[in-house]
Amino acid sequence: MTSYIIRRLSMGVVVIFIVTVMVFLFIRLLPGDPLTIYLNKTDMQQLTEEQLFELRVKFGLEKPLPMQYVDWIGGLFKGDMGQSVYYNIDVRLLMTERLPVTLYLGALAFVISGVLGISFGVICALKRGTWVDTLVTLLANIGITMPSFWVGIILIYLLSVKAGWLPVSGFISPFENFWESTRRIIMPVTCLALFPVASLTRLTRSSMLEVIQQDYIRTAWSKGLKERLIVSRHTIKNALIPVITVVGLQVAFIFGGSVLIESVFNINGIGRLATQAVQNQDYLVVQAVTLVIAIMVVLSNLIVDISYGWLDPRIRYD
Amino acid sequence: MTPLLSVENLKTYFRTYRGLVKAVDGVSFDINEKEIIGLVGESGCGKSVSMLSILQLISNPPGEIVSGRVMFDGQDLLQYKSKSDAMSAIRGAKIAMIFQEPMTSLNPVLTIGRQLTESLEIHLNMTPQTAQERAIELLRMIGIPDAHNRLDAYPHQFSGGMRQRVMIAIAISCNPKILIADEPTTAVDVTTQAQLLELMQDMVNRFDTSLVIVTHNLGVVARYAERIYVMYSGRIVESGLADDIFLNPRHPYTIGLLKCVPQLGETRQERKLVPIKGLPPNLINMPTNCAFLPRCDRARDICRQQLWPPLELVGGQHYVACFREIMEKP
Ligand SMILES: Nc1ncnc2c1ncn2[C@@H]1O[C@H](COP(=O)(O)OP(=O)(O)O)[C@@H](O)[C@H]1O
Ligand SMILES: [Mg+2]
Repeated sequence: MTSYIIRRLSMGVVVIFIVTVMVFLFIRLLPGDPLTIYLNKTDMQQLTEEQLFELRVKFGLEKPLPMQYVDWIGGLFKGDMGQSVYYNIDVRLLMTERLPVTLYLGALAFVISGVLGISFGVICALKRGTWVDTLVTLLANIGITMPSFWVGIILIYLLSVKAGWLPVSGFISPFENFWESTRRIIMPVTCLALFPVASLTRLTRSSMLEVIQQDYIRTAWSKGLKERLIVSRHTIKNALIPVITVVGLQVAFIFGGSVLIESVFNINGIGRLATQAVQNQDYLVVQAVTLVIAIMVVLSNLIVDISYGWLDPRIRYD
Repeated sequence: MTPLLSVENLKTYFRTYRGLVKAVDGVSFDINEKEIIGLVGESGCGKSVSMLSILQLISNPPGEIVSGRVMFDGQDLLQYKSKSDAMSAIRGAKIAMIFQEPMTSLNPVLTIGRQLTESLEIHLNMTPQTAQERAIELLRMIGIPDAHNRLDAYPHQFSGGMRQRVMIAIAISCNPKILIADEPTTAVDVTTQAQLLELMQDMVNRFDTSLVIVTHNLGVVARYAERIYVMYSGRIVESGLADDIFLNPRHPYTIGLLKCVPQLGETRQERKLVPIKGLPPNLINMPTNCAFLPRCDRARDICRQQLWPPLELVGGQHYVACFREIMEKP
């Protein structure tokens, strides 16, 4: 088991390395660089060539590309993510300010989608063919087809602009004002969780229906177990085996979704930071955000693979 | 003596896209106390469906028990709702079942111990500790070495034969009155087959249980069954004591089945095994006359003109559903 985890982690390091190299190169393939964009935006074009070169040296942009990459990685190991050109502050500060917001929203969306998606799926399967099943399955099918940012805009229009029940946008820390904070995150978390809930509902439902037909469930009935026990002990654990894979994929999906949703709702998390950083070609910020997301996704995949073993004794790690 | 269990005119149909499948169409049979009976017939003739119907284990849709009675302990089991507590109290406790597929009949994610103890806890109200001890005892009884440590094993760590032994242990654990074994040895090799049958016989003798052996192979029940029911296309076509069936078969189908069974001590040269020609009928849109007619080599005009022949007594406890018999009755 330990050797399995070590092997998986070293593979994860390789994946993260490749991702960072690619992002590093792609963001630099775009025309322009962070300085020119920053100066353009701030009407400071009157700088002399020399002053400009000084700035390039300050941000390490004059070095050859491989050197820049090595410098960045070297910095990471010392806990230094470099300077943001656009915000002119430590990227690490920027991240420690923005990351918790995204993690908070993402974790809520993740937990809600897991709990709701799996419960809805189980209920639909048990009530197969009834109006509950028909309705929830229909909603789930609609849910996976609607783009989340579009739902966000519709929600803002209906609940904020028309009804005036919820604030249009923005984010307040739950430690500052829990009630206000909760009111503000209802819509963004709903949008983030929409697709995961819908897809988990559908998957759990079909997985349950498949397990219900298995021979061992007939055996359980033939032993005289009550339905409740058959569902809780004999069915759900088997049905969750394929579902867990998709639960893991939701982590990547939710991070991806936060890029759009944070922009729609004006939330200063790393998703919105990523959008802005790409627009500003703020190289080091883009790299830092990608790195963090890559690490999260790799870790969540590892957790998924380990929880397989917990659900399914047939799986061995060696 | 009233039988322990008496199935009367059972009909179980399946509604499929291709039409109504009359899987069991008016089947009646009795199971007496401490008796071993055989239910024989080709694959697809409705043996499993009849047995599953007794315990209401037919999933609806597509299946439905449309009529009949299953009398047990003075009570018609079909009056209970399929998911009712009363039905659950019968299943596993009074009537237990073993299935054909040992590889898929045990839950892959639960330990052998859990799957053994749960019936004990439910039906016999044992505490987890007592159930555990009883489970070890049962595993020893069915010949699983190192039973104590095997409780924590999962089904995939057992061979097919061992899993079927575990199934037998589970089925016998609550000391049921009837054990139904639905083709318990079809999926295992010949040596294991014999061992499993011996084990079952041993178990039912020890616990005074009645045993129903369901099989498509008359040879399997030859050594064990006291009475035999022969089934064809959803109906019983012949029944009687094992001697009646083996020494004096009357229905052309039974005679055909016997020709497929190698006799003890017989060499290949002496007698060829002859399969019954033709295929079992499709149970959708069955003809109203004898279903065996298209494959029968003794058919007469009356077989074509009349509806399906009823079961008639031809002596002792021997019943046959065939016009040839009915007309030649002494
Ligand atoms: N779930 C089902 N849906 C439709 N038809 C079924 C179903 N189960 C059994 N049948 C039909 O019932 C007939 C009898 O099946 P079964 O009792 O399993 O035969 P066997 O004698 O081999 O045990 C078969 O023709 C089969 O097609
Ligand atoms: Mg069968």
